[in-house]
Amino acid sequence: MEGLRQVAFYGKGGIGKSTTSQNTLAALAEMGQKILIVGCDPKADSTRLILHAKAQNSVLSLAAEAGSVEDLDIEDVLKVGYKGIRCVESGGPEPGVGCAGRGVITSINFLEENGAYDGMDYVSYDVLGDVVCGGFAMPIRENKAQEIYIVMSGEMMALYAANNISRGVLKYASSGGVRLGGLICNSRMTDKELDLSEAMAKKLGSKLIHFVPRDNIVQQAELRRMTVIEYDPECKQAQEYRALAKKIHENKGKGTIPTPITMDELEDMLMEFGILKPEDETIVGQTKKATVA
Amino acid sequence: MDAEAKESRKQLVADVLSGYPEKTAKKRGKHINVYEDGDSDCGVKSNIKSIPGVMTVRGCAYAGAKGVVWGPIKDMVHISHGPVGCGQYSWGQRRNYVSGGKMGVNSWVVMQITSDFQEKDIVFGGDKKLDKVINEVEEMFPLNRGISVMSECPVGLIGDDIEAVAKRKSKEIGKPVAPVRCEGFRGVSQSLGHHVANDVMRDWLVDPAAGKTPNFEPGPYDVLLIGDYNIGGDGWASRMLLEEMGLNIVGQWSGDASVAEIENGSKAKMVLIHCYRSMNYICRHLEEKYGIPWLEFNFFGPTRIAMSLRAIAEKFDDKIKEGAERVIAKYQPMADAVVAKYKPRLEGKKAMLYVGGLRPRHVSDAYADLGMEVTATGYEFAHADDYQRTTHYIKDGTLVYDDASEYELERFAQGIKPDLVCSGIKEKYGTQKLGFPFRQLHSWDYSGPYHGYDGFAVFARDMDLAVNNPVWKMIKAPWKPAEPAEPAKPAEEAAE
Repeated sequence: MEGLRQVAFYGKGGIGKSTTSQNTLAALAEMGQKILIVGCDPKADSTRLILHAKAQNSVLSLAAEAGSVEDLDIEDVLKVGYKGIRCVESGGPEPGVGCAGRGVITSINFLEENGAYDGMDYVSYDVLGDVVCGGFAMPIRENKAQEIYIVMSGEMMALYAANNISRGVLKYASSGGVRLGGLICNSRMTDKELDLSEAMAKKLGSKLIHFVPRDNIVQQAELRRMTVIEYDPECKQAQEYRALAKKIHENKGKGTIPTPITMDELEDMLMEFGILKPEDETIVGQTKKATVA
Repeated sequence: MDAEAKESRKQLVADVLSGYPEKTAKKRGKHINVYEDGDSDCGVKSNIKSIPGVMTVRGCAYAGAKGVVWGPIKDMVHISHGPVGCGQYSWGQRRNYVSGGKMGVNSWVVMQITSDFQEKDIVFGGDKKLDKVINEVEEMFPLNRGISVMSECPVGLIGDDIEAVAKRKSKEIGKPVAPVRCEGFRGVSQSLGHHVANDVMRDWLVDPAAGKTPNFEPGPYDVLLIGDYNIGGDGWASRMLLEEMGLNIVGQWSGDASVAEIENGSKAKMVLIHCYRSMNYICRHLEEKYGIPWLEFNFFGPTRIAMSLRAIAEKFDDKIKEGAERVIAKYQPMADAVVAKYKPRLEGKKAMLYVGGLRPRHVSDAYADLGMEVTATGYEFAHADDYQRTTHYIKDGTLVYDDASEYELERFAQGIKPDLVCSGIKEKYGTQKLGFPFRQLHSWDYSGPYHGYDGFAVFARDMDLAVNNPVWKMIKAPWKPAEPAEPAKPAEEAAE
């Protein structure tokens, strides 16, 4: 466990966390790193590009079938994919029932106790949307991920989520060793996206570790349930992910304690970049009829 | 109590509070008072969240709903829904006696039935398991007349829909299945559990059954005996007197109760309530919806029993009034004999109480019947209306404390030096180690009944057993070898 790097990818839902993380981890695997991916999303789709599978059997679904996690062997839940990357999905309940957060805690404990991390260079946690409860903060607690990478874009909600996640990281930064590794912009080609991302990273006391441009080849690879690294190793986008992988690899120990900002500060910044228009207080609460009159 | 003694009590309160941090002392100070004659209430705040860090004696909503209100219904299976601990560690605590039936065949009060949540039930939700548990209950205990689902904390946290399961299963098995949302984290004490339990009883048993039960033959003297949990047989000792005076008990809620007795609730002519705190809610509902009047009464000690019997009879015709007099005439000599035997042994002794629903006030005159005095009292989970009612019982200078902590109780006992302390199991051994005689006043210390004339005889004997136990004369502080065998009179008494 000595040299083990534990990283986690967080970010707003739909931002491209799983795609970015799997492509980056595939590039790290190319570099000879031994990698374990722990999917922490009830949808259990964090490893499909590595395994070429729709969704793998998750720890929790198998545990539910068998009775409890104690009835499982690590081999039952561990699958090996591209370049020997080991994959585990935590899984969880269907939407609207039970407690997915507790599920994340259960499966991570199971994986640790059963030696899933032995001999690995990297463990990567892919966590759903926002840090909604203690369970989804599990990967950033003590002795888990040391570096958090926030996948974001120039869109308002993505920035809002990035700030919120930073608050979660800050909370555990003092009790454990977790640090913010940096922001990864998964471009949505919004206005001044690079500048805004860099400004946001600066506000959070971090850095924009890489700007991943938008490229349709990512979608083409996804249709084949592959990373671009595997699908078209020569393409430009593959080089981008390799660059990101290299930066993350060299970023060891360089994470920072984030400095999340207030909602007002965030809004001011968005106005500065023209994403948000200044609010016209005179129209607040006015119906259409009243406005016309 | 004279001014000087009252002043020394106030000083004691100040001393005890001074052991707290400033903010805590300020907050707790509002819950403690020395009562003065003529005050309209006890002058204490109540039903407020306990202060984190103090050792409160309070329970939780589950304790109030399952332990107090629903648990004693004998022909229902009560499922502790959630992890195993809540059911296991509250198993059999209240000593709710039941008549007739055979354990595990058609009576389940003394059994502990739980859905025993595992990790996967938390992660994937427990509704499926609840469905299965209800099927198993039906299979194992086919003679049950209904099922209650007592929700433990995790069920509320993960958002299980136990109401939907209850509705569906009730239809399937053709019996009431009552979902009780008594998660322990809700409310400030067990009091909310009583309220929730009352509401569920109203919505899932009483109201649905109103207008049904064709076998019920109404009579002019049909009464409901509410708020008696038959601890050590209390309900039977009470019921006997009411029946002897000519009343017809159509339901005993919920000590020794059956589902039919709950379902007959809306058909009573009158509701008689003993423990006001735990079941006043349903009394108000029965009054509002079915026009049934309700009356509080007190069956502790011959004075209050006679007063209550007469007050109850007042609501009925001459036949019942005559019945009440007959009952009093029959039992008074027995009570007199009890007093003659024990009063000389207990006269002038001072009791300090700290209990739950009704006892901090209701037992007051039973002690007075024995020549004793309640010198300090308080409630774990009372509301303002309880403290108002308490003023009808307590005397000038009585120390009143609400949601007292173990620290406060210990210090008050040391300051007041009562001859007897009456509280619960959590207070028992610590108090005895301080050298004070003690009786549990929640469970009657595995004795009882204490209600009714029969109960008074047991009550008097038990208090004598505690107060005059020779063991207290043998206690010597090791650093005071010369202590006389007979302990010196407490300073406070000398001051009076």
